[in-house]
Formats: sequence, structure tokens, C-alpha cells
Amino acid sequence: MDDLLREFLTESGEHLDTVDAELVRFEQDPNNETILRNIFRLVHTIKGTCGFLGLPRLEALAHAAETLMGRFRDGLPATSASVTLILLTLDRLKEILADLEATGTEPAGSDDDLISALERMAEGSAEASEPAAPPPRPEPVLPDPVIRELKPGEVSLDDLEAAFLAAPGPEDVDFAAPPPVAAAAPAPKPAAPAPQVSAAPVEAVEAEPARAEKAEGGGTEGETTPGETTAAAKGNQTIRVSVETLEHLMTMVSELVLTRNQLLEIARRHEDSSYKVPLQRLSHVTAELQDGVMKTRMQPIGNAWQKLPRVVRDLSAELGKQIDLVMVGAETELDRQVLEVIKDPLTHMVRNSADHGLESTAERVAAGKPARGTIRLAAYHEGGTITIEIADDGKGLNLAAIRQKAVQRGIAAQADVDRMTDAQVAKFIFDAGFSTAAAVTSVSGRGVGMDVVKTNIETIGGLIDIATTAGRGTTFTIKIPLTLAIVAALIVRAGEHRFALPQVAVLELVRVDAGAQRVERINGAPVLRLRERLLPIVSLTGLLGQSQAGSETEQAGFVVVAQVGRERFGILVDEVFHTEEIVVKPMSVKLRHIPMFAGNTILGDGAVVLIVDPNGVARQVAQGVQGSGGHAETDDDAAGEVVDNKTTLLVFKGGQGSFKAVPLSLVTRLEEIECAKVEWLGGRALIQYRGRLMPLVPADSAITIKSEGTQALVVFSDGERAMGLVVDEIVDIVEERLDIEIAADRSDLIGSAVLRGRATDIINIAHFLPLAYDDWARGLKRPEQLSTILLVDDSAFFRDMLTPVLKAAGYQVITAASAEAALNTLQSEPKIEVVVTDLEMPGRSGFDLVAAMRRAEPRLAALPVIGLTGTIGTDAVERARTLAIADLVAKFDRAGLIAALAELGAETVSKAA
Amino acid sequence: MQAANANATGARASANGVETGATNDFVTVFVGETLFGLAIERVHDVFVPSGVTPVPLAPAEIVGLLNLRGRVVTAMSLRRRLGLPDAEAEGEGGKASPKMAIGLEQAGETFALVVDGVGEVLKLGADSREAVPINLDPRFRNLATCVHRLDGRLLVILDVDALLGFTAAGAKAA
Repeated sequence: MDDLLREFLTESGEHLDTVDAELVRFEQDPNNETILRNIFRLVHTIKGTCGFLGLPRLEALAHAAETLMGRFRDGLPATSASVTLILLTLDRLKEILADLEATGTEPAGSDDDLISALERMAEGSAEASEPAAPPPRPEPVLPDPVIRELKPGEVSLDDLEAAFLAAPGPEDVDFAAPPPVAAAAPAPKPAAPAPQVSAAPVEAVEAEPARAEKAEGGGTEGETTPGETTAAAKGNQTIRVSVETLEHLMTMVSELVLTRNQLLEIARRHEDSSYKVPLQRLSHVTAELQDGVMKTRMQPIGNAWQKLPRVVRDLSAELGKQIDLVMVGAETELDRQVLEVIKDPLTHMVRNSADHGLESTAERVAAGKPARGTIRLAAYHEGGTITIEIADDGKGLNLAAIRQKAVQRGIAAQADVDRMTDAQVAKFIFDAGFSTAAAVTSVSGRGVGMDVVKTNIETIGGLIDIATTAGRGTTFTIKIPLTLAIVAALIVRAGEHRFALPQVAVLELVRVDAGAQRVERINGAPVLRLRERLLPIVSLTGLLGQSQAGSETEQAGFVVVAQVGRERFGILVDEVFHTEEIVVKPMSVKLRHIPMFAGNTILGDGAVVLIVDPNGVARQVAQGVQGSGGHAETDDDAAGEVVDNKTTLLVFKGGQGSFKAVPLSLVTRLEEIECAKVEWLGGRALIQYRGRLMPLVPADSAITIKSEGTQALVVFSDGERAMGLVVDEIVDIVEERLDIEIAADRSDLIGSAVLRGRATDIINIAHFLPLAYDDWARGLKRPEQLSTILLVDDSAFFRDMLTPVLKAAGYQVITAASAEAALNTLQSEPKIEVVVTDLEMPGRSGFDLVAAMRRAEPRLAALPVIGLTGTIGTDAVERARTLAIADLVAKFDRAGLIAALAELGAETVSKAA
Repeated sequence: MQAANANATGARASANGVETGATNDFVTVFVGETLFGLAIERVHDVFVPSGVTPVPLAPAEIVGLLNLRGRVVTAMSLRRRLGLPDAEAEGEGGKASPKMAIGLEQAGETFALVVDGVGEVLKLGADSREAVPINLDPRFRNLATCVHRLDGRLLVILDVDALLGFTAAGAKAA
């Protein structure tokens, strides 16, 4: 039953998709009998199967839909409303099927609403007696097995082998047409009607539509027969094979290819020719086998397009635009893996074209264009790639607005933008930032999610391009490899190991040495002059963290010039071997997080090599990781001390998918807000939060506040002030030992740490507070410590914020919330060597604390003190001097504080010496 | 991690059942002086790893990738997994071929556990079985399900799923 059900689910899913598309066609071409017949047959099949499998809900729905479609066939005009209703029914069927797939049983629920609507629609122009006819039909159809059992039992096996393929026909006939009779005396009857039907097929029935009841029954058969015949005929030529079986076959063939390569290698080395001939044959067979297996993975791209007519229809109703969808080359085949990846982007782009690309009907008419807009989808093979075009004849992109937006968003300078060609400008819409609300409203379109589309396409080694003409429309061109399973790759050596670089990304190879073509450096960043242009260079060894003596490897070697999207860069390798068709094997789950690799493969000599992902490299180039970040990671000197206790951290995604964290103790709340509620005042985002205005600050410059949907916020508050930190996504709360490594000089980060196995930036909240409130520093306090530091601050917020900073700098930290507490702690903790105190505390101020210390026992009196203050005024400096406060540091001056502590440390050491 | 825990519990439960007299088979491997046991039903292969391709930027536990009869297998060092220093033989960045490897499978993927050596297969009952001593290094404690007292030495039974479960978080991040 399980298998049967699974089969049913797959099949019904496919049928429903087809019906979806066909219905839309039918609506446009209501006189096309063939389409209607096809639809009718599919729904009928689903209904019959449901009855057979005991799925009453599905059956009842399908039945009601079928009844209505029966009316169409009788001449009821197919109105938009009725088609919509049937489409709704199909959606419901799909929902139920999805549930069925998930749970194995039909979900409870009632479809009376749809059924009665369908019935009403059907009866609207139907005469009567409808219900009578259809109900019998349910049981019939599928019980083929039953019939077959009956037949042999009774008579006439001949029927089955009859050349006119009555096989599916009679079964339907005996049950559907004269149902009660069939039930009463099954065997003989079928034999009789079958020939009739097949002999006097469709036209006869069609000719006399008056015979409502019988005719419909007969008609069904008549029409069903040809359809099912083809299906049956096809059925004989195709079989369903599970994807795993194919994948396994593919793997085995890949291994066979590798083995063959090894054998050829050996044969080349030996002169013994006796086995050269069979080997040759083996080689040919293997190649053909490989081809054949590859073909089994191919699917027509039409499968990915199947849902589009429906999408366009719905959109055109929703937007009130008249849209034609033209699809060319639906039979073009490509690897199913690729198909899966591009399915959603394609839908998205067609949606975009309909929504933003095409003008409203009125605008079109005004512009002298046909009222109906056209979206054209085309696919064709070109070399080893497949090209897909999505074109609309709409208004084209508003390039001026994009230019303006690009400058406004700081993506490019005005001068650059002016110099750029239109094609270059158009590509800005693929930038992540452009997909935001502001972009959509002011640029009038094509914003939403284009960056996602691009990313998806690039992950499979594809390229996307755009051409636009004002007033004439926009065309997107996507080029993707036919298959992901086998790619041409350049085998290179970097350091001691070989790597494979996918050929699609490679533009050219340049030999570099110490002479004419040499790698030059700007502030350590390698570049190459290539035809009067500067090309940024990364060395593969450096990128992979292997180079010990980075500079020397760059003296000679090859630069592989690669292009990913708009980025052009050179990858420096030591040696280039050859290109080879490699079988891509996925990375282990344990290694999939490394962005540099797209997979691995086994070469002809049996060695495993890693396939470098050009997209990953491009990202690293853009971030300049090789020069700074990469080294920072390995720079042990910068590594901070281990903090002994665990800290609970809130981990979130902030900007370009990177992980960031902030101590949970600092966080007041996590919020999910409606983006529509964000208000902009004086260029700052605000939201009304608990009766007050709360400023929103992005956690990373790469984050933009979303325009629609909801936005995740991390709310920090101190006293009456609150700030919302805008993050992409809240990920997790982790409790871990915090080993912070001080990061590059970025004021918004304290450093990075490894949390749950992934590198995470610890953000410095102190950086963000002044962005929200210029005066947050005032009236708040924080403390710090040296080897062991006593941090005195009345604000838990600042204590929590500074503790990790200080720990990262290598100090032990003890905190105190007030001058009194600080004095007590000082008495009980002899190991405290430095006191860092806020000077502006309520009650006893920091000055009072220091004064008290100076009056106390010698040990305390001699302790160095660093004062923290919001404003460093002359009087404060004076008071500090009289109290022998070693240094005054402005609040939020993280670096200044660390420097002051370091200075103190040096002094202590020199004193000790 | 949950799966690993569940498995550990499962192992313990079945080990409790063992007290009725049934025995379990373990493949013994050693790392340095310590003897470890792996449930025999989890061991698919025992082989000499060769031609290991190191994976730059990979977690430290991962020695690299190797070709095991046409399959690409991720090799992991038991030493590094246990927080032990590399043995001298594989000291130079894991380049020299380690001595032996155990083929393990998890979630349809094959892994090679690189060890110093492989010993005999032992049939052990519940009589020699002990809980993991609580004073063990946490790394050991998290990976071991129990300890068996053998003649003159101890055998630490490793939880294969916990062993292979180390980068679950890292993998999720990808």
C-alpha cells in the first residue's frame, strides 16, 4: 500500500501541475477540445485512483471539479470565475496531497465550501440530473486489476490483445457508462461496449450532445480512450526509476571512468600491446555508458516552467494587467540537479517581469504599445551551456534612478556611475542593497530578491546578464552549465597540492615572473598589470592559509584570470597542468562550511583533489581577507587570554551571512517588528516602542532595514533609553567559554571568537550606542582592570560591555556596582592591581571612591586608578591629579582604555624591576 | 548531538540488556598506549590510508580526504579528536601516511578514523563492563560509552556517533 500510495502521490502531483497549466490554456482557448479532454481525463484519473485507494475527501473534490468540467464539455462557457474556482480546487487537492505525503493519511477537514460552489457553478447552466450521472463514476476507473481478474475468469482474453487497444477503454466503459449493469454482470458487458466505443469514437458522441446523460458517459469513454491509449503506449516505453537509483548508477559510472583512466595510464607506460585493443573497447563502452547515464538525469526545462502559466494568470488578475506568456524551447534538457536550483529563481523573475517590468494596460496603450504585455521565456543549448532568456516588452529599467540610488547607497561614487555603461548600471539591481523597499519604490522595480536570484545562479556556476532598453523592455539572460555532475576544470598546483578550478570561471592564464609580467604590491595587496588594467591578485596558497613565506611564492607562477559576476580577479598558482573533465563529488558535511571549496573529485591517477569554488574566492578577494583577516586569524600575538568562565551569548546573523554575537546579559529583549512600522526621521530609522521612539541601528553596514515583512531586532536599553539593533536573523543563544581574539581595528567589533564551531564576531555595543543617542555616554559609567582589574560602574550595562573587552585584552576582571561595593571588594581581594572606575556615579562618585582609597591602608592607597568620564574637563583633570588618578579615559574609548592599562602595566613592571 | 546522545543512551540500554549474558563484539584500536573499542557493526572497513589530500581551513580533527575504492572518504584523526598530540609518524602536517584507518559510516557518508593501530576483535560481556570514570578528561568522557576491564589493561568503548558528531554546529553554519 505504501508503494502504491507513493506512486499515486507522485503521479497525482504531476497530473495536477499539468492540469494547472492546461486550464490556463483552456481559458484562453475555450474551444479547444483536445485541451479540455486532456484536463478531464487527468482529473478523472485522480478521482478514480482516490476512490480505489479509499481517499474520500480527495475523491469528492475531484468529483465536483470533474462535474463542472463536464459542463464545459457540454458547452457551458468557461468563464474566468469558473476557471478560478477549479484552480482553487486544484490548490486544495494539492494541500491535501501534501498532507497525505507527510502523514500517510488524508487530513480531516471539510471541502463543502468548494464542493458546493463547484456544484452551484455546474448547475448554473446545467439542466439537471448531473449528480445522478457522476456519482457512479467514482468507483470505476482504476479497479483495473479487478477487471483483469474477472476477465480471465469469464472469457475473452482476446480483448486485451485486440489491436485497437481497447484495454483502457473497456474498463472505463463497463464501469462508467452503465455502472449498475457492470456491477451486476461484469464480464460479458465490457466485451460488448468496448469495441463500440473504440469503433465509433469521439466525433459521434460529440455530434449529439443532446443525449446529456448517456452521451456524457459515453463521451467520457470515447475521449478517455485515446488519451489513455497514448498514456498506456508511453507507459510501455518509460518506467519510473527512483532518483537514488540513478544517482547510484551515476556514481558507479564515475568510478568506472576513473578506473578506466587509471588503466589507460598504465597501458601508456607498458609496451605490451596485447590488451590495448580490449582496453580501447572498454574505453569506448565506458564513454557511451557515461553518456547514457548522464541522459537519464536530463529533464526538459519545461518541468521548471510548468507552474508559470498559472503564476502569470494569477498575477495578471491581481495586477489588472493583460499578460501573455510565451514559452520557447521547453523541451531543452538539462540536469535535474540544475533544474531544481533554477526553478525558484525563474519563477521569481517571471513574477518580477509581470509585476515591475510590464506597465499597466493604460500606460501601454498610452505609449502606443499593444495592450497585452508579453513575457517571453526561451531556452536553448549553446556549447556546453544552456541559455535561458526572460524578456518582457515593458518599460525597461529606470537607469537614471538606479544611478542615483547606487550613489545614494554608497555602492559607487558619482563619477564612477557617470562613466559606467548602461549595462553596468543595470547590474546594480543584483546588489543586495538594491533589493530593499526604498529601491523598489524609487527605482520602480526589479529590486526584490534579485540578489538572491543571482546568488542561486552563481552557486551552480551560472551567469546572469541583463539588457534593457527604455520603453522597449528588459531581457535577462542566464547561462548555466548543463550539468553539475561533470565539469571541465583546470588542474593547478598551489604549494604542495593540486586543486581543480572550474573552467567556466576562467578567462585566461598569464605567466608571471620577476621580469616583465610581475606581481606588484600596493600596501601588501598584490596586483597585476594586465593590458593596462590593474587586476587584483590572490594567491591560492595564501587564501588557503598554507603559505608560510607568502611573498616568495608570488615571484613566479601563473595567474588564472577569473571572473565571477562583475568581479574580475587573478588567482596566483604555482603551476598549471591541464584541463580535465572531472566528476564533482560533494564535500563531506563536516567540510561543507568551508566556502573555498565546491566539492572534490578523483583524478585519473586516483588522487583526491579539492575543487576550488570561484564564488568563494571572489568573496574573499572582495573582503581582502588574504591581507588582513586571514593573517589576523593566524596571528597568535593578537590572541587574547582565555577567559575562564562561560558567557552566555546571543548569536545572530548580521550582514552577508556572517555570525555575530553579543553578551546576552546586555540584551533587554528580542523583537520582531513589522517593517511597515519603521519611521524615518531626519534620515534615521525609528520605531514606536512601548510608547517611546526607539532608534534603529543596523548591526553591520551591510544590513539594510527591510521594507516589508518583519524585521528582527535586538533591543538594548539602559534606564529609559532603548536602542534597536537591526539584525538579519536571530540564530541562537549559546553558553561558551569566550576566547576572544582581537579583531582588525574596527570599532564596531570587540573581536572574534569561535562559538559552536563557527567564527563569530563579538560586537561592541559601545560602538552602536552613540549612533542611537549622541549623549549616551554621559551619566553612565564603566570600570576596568589590569592584571586583575576592579571595574567599578553603577551601570550593569557598561560593566557587561567592558568585561569582555578587558578580558579580551588579557585581564582578569572583578566588578563592583558602587563605590561602597568597590571598597569592600578591595578589602577582600588582595590580588586587585588596578582600579578602573567611572567617575560619575550616583551617590558616592568615582572621585569619592578614589579619595576613600587614598585614605585607606597603604596597599589600597597605592593602587593605580584609571578614571572613566563622559567629558574630560579641566576641573576633572585637576581633581584626578590631586587624587593620583593615573589616567582619565573617555567613555567608549576602548582603545584608549586598553592603552592606558598597558601603560600602567609597563610602569608596574619597571617599578618592580 | 541529540542523535549522538540518543545513541549513547541506546548503547547503554542495550548494554544493560547485556547483563543477561549476551556479549558484544568490539574492534579494538589503539592510540598511543590506550586501547579503544568500536562496536563491530559500525566498522565497515579496516585499511591502510594512503594518498591523503589535506583540506585547508578544515577543522583540526580532519586529516584530509582519501580515495577508498573510488569513494571519497573524509579522514579524521582519533588522536586529534581526543585532544592528543599527533604521533611522530604523522607529525609533519599529517603528510606522512598514518598507520591504520577504520571505515565508519554515518548518515550515508563514509569516514575514515585514523588510529595508530588496530588490534583483535574482542567478545565482551557485561561482567567486565564499567561506567566511564567521572574523572576522565571531558573529551574522553563525551566520546566514551563505557570501559571494559581486560587482563592487564582497560578498553574504552567509543560512541561512534559522538565521535563523528563533532562539526554538527559547523556544518549547520555552512
